[in-house]
Amino acid sequence: MGDNLISVNNVSVNFDYQENFISKKQKIHAVNNINIKIKKGSFFGLVGESGSGKTTLGRAILGANKISSGNVIFHDDKRDYDLTNMNKQDLKEYRKKAQLIFQDPYAALSPRMTVRDIIAEPLEVMKITNSRQETDERVRDIAAKCRLNIEHLRRFPHAFSGGQRQRISIARALVSNPKFIVADESVAALDVSIQADILNLLKQLQSELNLTYLFISHDLSVVAHVCDVVAVMYLGHIVEMGPSRELFKNPKHSYTKALLSSIPSIDPEKRSEAIELKGEIPSALNPPTGCVFRTRCPKPGIDCKGGEITMGLAEVEPGHWVDQCCVL
Amino acid sequence: MSHLLEVKNLDVKFDTDEGRITAVENISLSVDQGEVLGIVGESGSGKSVTAKSIMKLNPGNTSYNEDAEIILDNENILQFTSKQDLKKIRGGKVSMIFQEPMASFAPAIKIGAQMVEQLLIHKNINKDEAKSISINMLKRVGIADAEKRFNQYAFELSGGMRQRAMIAMALSTMPKLLLADEPTTALDVTIQAQVINLIKDIIKEYQMGVIFITHDLGVIAQVADHVAVMYLGSVVEKGPVNEILKNPKHPYTKGLLQALPDINNLDAPLSPIPGNIPSPLDRPTGCVFRTRCPHHNPDGKDGKIEMKLIEVEPGHWVDQCGIQCGQNG
Repeated sequence: MGDNLISVNNVSVNFDYQENFISKKQKIHAVNNINIKIKKGSFFGLVGESGSGKTTLGRAILGANKISSGNVIFHDDKRDYDLTNMNKQDLKEYRKKAQLIFQDPYAALSPRMTVRDIIAEPLEVMKITNSRQETDERVRDIAAKCRLNIEHLRRFPHAFSGGQRQRISIARALVSNPKFIVADESVAALDVSIQADILNLLKQLQSELNLTYLFISHDLSVVAHVCDVVAVMYLGHIVEMGPSRELFKNPKHSYTKALLSSIPSIDPEKRSEAIELKGEIPSALNPPTGCVFRTRCPKPGIDCKGGEITMGLAEVEPGHWVDQCCVL
Repeated sequence: MSHLLEVKNLDVKFDTDEGRITAVENISLSVDQGEVLGIVGESGSGKSVTAKSIMKLNPGNTSYNEDAEIILDNENILQFTSKQDLKKIRGGKVSMIFQEPMASFAPAIKIGAQMVEQLLIHKNINKDEAKSISINMLKRVGIADAEKRFNQYAFELSGGMRQRAMIAMALSTMPKLLLADEPTTALDVTIQAQVINLIKDIIKEYQMGVIFITHDLGVIAQVADHVAVMYLGSVVEKGPVNEILKNPKHPYTKGLLQALPDINNLDAPLSPIPGNIPSPLDRPTGCVFRTRCPHHNPDGKDGKIEMKLIEVEPGHWVDQCGIQCGQNG
């Protein structure tokens, strides 16, 4: 397994759904048969529209969502953790090593705790430090790394702007010295000028602390800038995956192409070249059979229109995988 | 030629427990018929407050300066005091589309009932006519099954659909001016592209003036004819969209453009604007941007230069302190 940190093997996540107590129980297929390998020290991007299952997959990898089938393996230095088969002790260990940064820095921080207490909480809950002194030391250490001043630690979150709050969330995620970070839309709520600052900080911390990221975002230009490898999700499936430069320069799947063309160009003379996708993402309650994208595909093939082609990734170039329906 | 909307020397101040806050200072803008004015800026720059002033929707602790004018159709909105007069403006001559469509529909009243209600207030028509206008408008914005949607609640619609319904509702009274406050921010890129195209088509069809507020310069490039860049309640640069985005003069505009990740140039480093937007309680004197300006000139640094827009090229106005800074770097 060598250089992989996370292996996701055939993972599906289903939720039970019942419209009301007399109606039939149904399954929502949030994530379907996903295979990804996240290399140590990489910045792995996960993009897609809302409802595509990005967050569910991220949470499943953290052990925060139940995995319905398949397994997730976390390759630590000494041993492997199998997330589907973990006892309480292992889970506690895993929590120290894998952490989450949330989207909304306004909702993620308790307004009644000082910044010091917020950052120290994981240390206390996980019983990582033994004395208050040791806790303080680590809090100060990580706060400095996240460019927070020592005097900030005594204040409450309301005194901070969005960018500063996000730095506090990052410090809290990093204080237990994790190896793997899931950043779920962590810059989506920020202004562009601050977004750039947070992205640079994440990059810098990655090299300083040897971190591996799963970066979930709907913003393709952000993902293109920071990620090494990108997977594009649609309705619970990965439709295209590859090294980010290759994928953005040479997209193969019609969904990726449409997403890329939908980014509003900063050049006022280049207006409206968007491949407009009709309609919206279908409900995961009854996804289309065969290729899930076929109901919105601008150029459906004759075969895939009827849903005869099953989903499955094919390698078109080394490391660049595309759903087979769009390859044919 | 007189403009459809003209805002002259507008100051907006809020009285709060901590003191009087200047939210907007000395803003002058104009919008013509069939034209889109984009307003960009970070959160806290006063974009929404400016838009809300046009409908006098700011809260009770707001005070406007006496020499300010907001002239729409030769009437000064700021002098309206009676509810009757304001009613004509709100939803009638001026409509607004908000960022979060879920929050702007009443959750327990059917979409159709909300659309009919406002039509009955503003137009001299009966219920059946209002219903048919509403359904036609829903169809016009691309909602399939308009008759069915008319009888549904906001929670039954998806995000993109809700925003379309919001646009349909805003347009059904045929306003002369449309205020769109971050209408695409909460949407996915593919839906955003649909909504932008829809808004552009509708502007062309109905020839209304639009103020389009967003923090996304890409969206501005796609929809706006003119742009005003706001920072901490002041306009620091304004002009035709091409000029502003291709030939920016003010260091803040330049900073915004450099902070934007460009998918066509992945090697360019992302350069944030240093520091944070100051609290409006301690608004810098002189040039408002001086606390974050990367290359301020000595006078600007001390706040000795007053804010004043100067026309550098026909139609392209830049704050005078910013012109000097822009030349430095």
